[in-house]
Amino acid sequence: MRSDIVTDAIDLSALLREVADAGHGAVSVFLGTVRDVNDGRSVSGMEYTAYTSMAAAELARIVTEASSRFGTDAIVVEHRTGALAIGDVSVAIVVAHPHRAPALDATRFVIEALKQRVPIWKREHYTDGTREWIDPTRATARAAP
Amino acid sequence: MLIRVLLFASYAEAFRAPQLDVPLARGSTVADLLARVKELAAGHALPPAPLVALNQRYASAGDLIHSGDEVALIPPVAGG
Repeated sequence: MRSDIVTDAIDLSALLREVADAGHGAVSVFLGTVRDVNDGRSVSGMEYTAYTSMAAAELARIVTEASSRFGTDAIVVEHRTGALAIGDVSVAIVVAHPHRAPALDATRFVIEALKQRVPIWKREHYTDGTREWIDPTRATARAAP
Repeated sequence: MLIRVLLFASYAEAFRAPQLDVPLARGSTVADLLARVKELAAGHALPPAPLVALNQRYASAGDLIHSGDEVALIPPVAGG
């Protein structure tokens, strides 16, 4: 198991090598990427910031929970912070397991828990020059025209 | 006791600082801290029940704050 908050580009092939094991019949990968539109606004880039020490601790707790719940130690998670461009990978989750169902379920568990609990924030930069911190608790309130 | 409170993202912008030093009586709780912070000029920027972390774990309103604790106000998280 390993989880980190990183500032450099995430190297998926390196993460895959970390979980490689002849006993695994399944490797599940989730990649979060920066998209170019949000709430109908055209996005030019994204800035991620974190309470880095707690984010690393909370991410490690989530990975430990996933390992215990789904029965595999082959879990690697990296979340990137800093300025990211459209299409850049912001988070990578790799889970290997002898069987596909627990590998997929563990991957889903980690990304959902990460989005709920890990103290990371993102500020979208829009093509009109404005920027805004994303607040998922207010996402629906902003949707009305 | 003087408690240093870490601020991030939208909260750091609202208070125009990465941290606050908040005077608290011994035996104060997370709820007491939030009441003091909300009295500050930028306190209106906080939601009704902001998340607080004590020593890098999420805390409850009744948790006691001790001198030397690492305290942070956590804006709604948006990782991923």
